[in-house]
Amino acid sequence: MDLDTQTAIERLSAEYGPERLLVVLGAPDAEAASIAAETVVLGDPSYAGPLAGAQLGLDVFHVLEEEFREAVPPDTYDQQVGLMADVLDAAELATAVRAFRES
Amino acid sequence: MFRNKKVIVIGERDGVAGPAIAECVKAAGGTVVYAATECFV
Repeated sequence: MDLDTQTAIERLSAEYGPERLLVVLGAPDAEAASIAAETVVLGDPSYAGPLAGAQLGLDVFHVLEEEFREAVPPDTYDQQVGLMADVLDAAELATAVRAFRES
Repeated sequence: MFRNKKVIVIGERDGVAGPAIAECVKAAGGTVVYAATECFV
Protein backbone atom coordinates (compact mmCIF):
# COMPACT_ATOMS: atom_id res chain seq x y z
CA MET A 1 0.00 0.00 0.00
CA ASP A 2 1.19 3.46 -0.91
CA LEU A 3 3.06 5.15 1.95
CA ASP A 4 0.96 8.32 1.69
CA THR A 5 -2.20 6.23 2.08
CA GLN A 6 -0.73 4.45 5.08
CA THR A 7 0.14 7.81 6.64
CA ALA A 8 -3.42 9.02 6.07
CA ILE A 9 -4.89 5.88 7.61
CA GLU A 10 -2.64 6.23 10.63
CA ARG A 11 -3.72 9.85 11.05
CA LEU A 12 -7.43 9.05 10.61
CA SER A 13 -7.23 6.18 13.10
CA ALA A 14 -5.78 8.54 15.68
CA GLU A 15 -8.42 11.18 14.89
CA TYR A 16 -11.57 9.02 14.78
CA GLY A 17 -10.52 5.78 16.45
CA PRO A 18 -10.11 2.51 14.51
CA GLU A 19 -13.58 1.29 15.47
CA ARG A 20 -15.19 4.18 13.58
CA LEU A 21 -13.37 3.56 10.31
CA LEU A 22 -14.36 1.34 7.40
CA VAL A 23 -12.12 0.70 4.40
CA VAL A 24 -13.39 -0.09 0.91
CA LEU A 25 -10.93 -1.53 -1.59
CA GLY A 26 -10.94 -1.55 -5.37
CA ALA A 27 -8.05 -3.96 -5.94
CA PRO A 28 -8.11 -5.87 -9.27
CA ASP A 29 -6.92 -9.26 -7.98
CA ALA A 30 -6.89 -11.40 -4.87
CA GLU A 31 -3.19 -10.87 -4.13
CA ALA A 32 -3.47 -7.09 -4.17
CA ALA A 33 -6.69 -7.21 -2.17
CA SER A 34 -5.10 -9.50 0.43
CA ILE A 35 -2.11 -7.22 0.91
CA ALA A 36 -4.30 -4.14 1.29
CA ALA A 37 -6.69 -5.90 3.67
CA GLU A 38 -3.82 -7.28 5.73
CA THR A 39 -2.27 -3.82 5.96
CA VAL A 40 -5.38 -2.20 7.46
CA VAL A 41 -6.16 -5.11 9.77
CA LEU A 42 -2.81 -6.55 10.91
CA GLY A 43 -0.25 -4.03 9.66
CA ASP A 44 1.94 -3.51 6.61
CA PRO A 45 3.29 -6.98 5.76
CA SER A 46 6.30 -5.46 3.96
CA TYR A 47 7.24 -3.49 7.07
CA ALA A 48 8.03 -0.55 4.79
CA GLY A 49 5.39 1.95 5.81
CA PRO A 50 3.90 3.72 8.83
CA LEU A 51 1.46 0.84 9.37
CA ALA A 52 4.24 -1.69 9.92
CA GLY A 53 3.22 -3.65 13.01
CA ALA A 54 0.12 -1.50 13.49
CA GLN A 55 -2.74 -3.88 14.26
CA LEU A 56 -5.55 -1.42 13.65
CA GLY A 57 -8.21 -4.08 13.05
CA LEU A 58 -10.16 -1.85 10.66
CA ASP A 59 -13.33 -3.08 9.01
CA VAL A 60 -12.46 -3.75 5.38
CA PHE A 61 -14.56 -4.64 2.34
CA HIS A 62 -14.00 -4.96 -1.35
CA VAL A 63 -16.27 -2.89 -3.60
CA LEU A 64 -17.41 -6.08 -5.38
CA GLU A 65 -18.56 -7.85 -2.21
CA GLU A 66 -22.29 -8.56 -2.02
CA GLU A 67 -22.66 -6.76 1.29
CA PHE A 68 -21.28 -3.53 -0.18
CA ARG A 69 -23.21 -3.91 -3.41
CA GLU A 70 -26.49 -4.30 -1.53
CA ALA A 71 -25.89 -1.07 0.39
CA VAL A 72 -25.54 1.04 -2.76
CA PRO A 73 -28.43 2.19 -4.98
CA PRO A 74 -28.37 -0.16 -8.01
CA ASP A 75 -28.26 2.62 -10.60
CA THR A 76 -25.25 4.22 -8.95
CA TYR A 77 -23.45 0.90 -8.52
CA ASP A 78 -24.03 -0.08 -12.13
CA GLN A 79 -22.86 3.30 -13.38
CA GLN A 80 -19.73 3.50 -11.22
CA VAL A 81 -18.67 -0.13 -10.87
CA GLY A 82 -20.75 -2.15 -13.32
CA LEU A 83 -18.13 -2.69 -15.99
CA MET A 84 -15.43 -3.84 -13.56
CA ALA A 85 -17.92 -6.12 -11.82
CA ASP A 86 -18.11 -8.06 -15.08
CA VAL A 87 -14.35 -8.11 -15.61
CA LEU A 88 -12.97 -8.93 -12.16
CA ASP A 89 -13.43 -12.12 -10.15
CA ALA A 90 -15.77 -10.93 -7.42
CA ALA A 91 -15.88 -14.24 -5.56
CA GLU A 92 -12.11 -14.51 -5.37
CA LEU A 93 -11.76 -10.90 -4.22
CA ALA A 94 -14.48 -11.33 -1.58
CA THR A 95 -12.80 -14.44 -0.23
CA ALA A 96 -9.44 -12.70 0.00
CA VAL A 97 -10.77 -9.68 1.89
CA ARG A 98 -13.20 -11.60 4.10
CA ALA A 99 -10.33 -13.74 5.38
CA PHE A 100 -8.76 -10.70 7.01
CA ARG A 101 -12.04 -9.07 8.05
CA GLU A 102 -13.01 -12.15 10.00
CA SER A 103 -9.55 -12.82 11.42
CA MET B 1 -23.33 -0.66 6.76
CA PHE B 2 -21.96 2.86 7.06
CA ARG B 3 -23.84 3.98 10.17
CA ASN B 4 -21.47 5.80 12.54
CA LYS B 5 -18.54 4.97 10.24
CA LYS B 6 -16.08 7.16 8.41
CA VAL B 7 -15.07 5.58 5.12
CA ILE B 8 -11.59 5.28 3.66
CA VAL B 9 -11.55 4.49 -0.07
CA ILE B 10 -8.51 2.82 -1.60
CA GLY B 11 -9.08 2.34 -5.31
CA GLU B 12 -6.70 0.99 -7.91
CA ARG B 13 -6.11 2.07 -11.48
CA ASP B 14 -6.37 -1.49 -12.80
CA GLY B 15 -9.36 -2.30 -10.60
CA VAL B 16 -12.07 0.07 -9.40
CA ALA B 17 -10.89 3.68 -9.07
CA GLY B 18 -11.25 5.71 -5.90
CA PRO B 19 -13.77 8.26 -7.23
CA ALA B 20 -16.12 5.52 -8.41
CA ILE B 21 -16.06 3.81 -5.03
CA ALA B 22 -16.52 7.15 -3.28
CA GLU B 23 -19.63 7.91 -5.35
CA CYS B 24 -21.08 4.57 -4.31
CA VAL B 25 -20.38 5.25 -0.65
CA LYS B 26 -21.95 8.69 -0.82
CA ALA B 27 -25.01 7.35 -2.62
CA ALA B 28 -25.37 4.81 0.17
CA GLY B 29 -25.30 7.55 2.80
CA GLY B 30 -21.71 7.10 3.89
CA THR B 31 -19.13 9.76 4.69
CA VAL B 32 -15.84 9.52 2.83
CA VAL B 33 -12.89 10.91 4.79
CA TYR B 34 -10.14 9.77 2.44
CA ALA B 35 -10.08 8.55 -1.15
CA ALA B 36 -7.15 7.53 -3.32
CA THR B 37 -6.46 5.60 -6.51
CA GLU B 38 -3.24 3.60 -6.33
CA CYS B 39 -1.23 2.47 -9.28
CA PHE B 40 1.24 -0.39 -9.24
CA VAL B 41 3.72 -0.80 -12.05
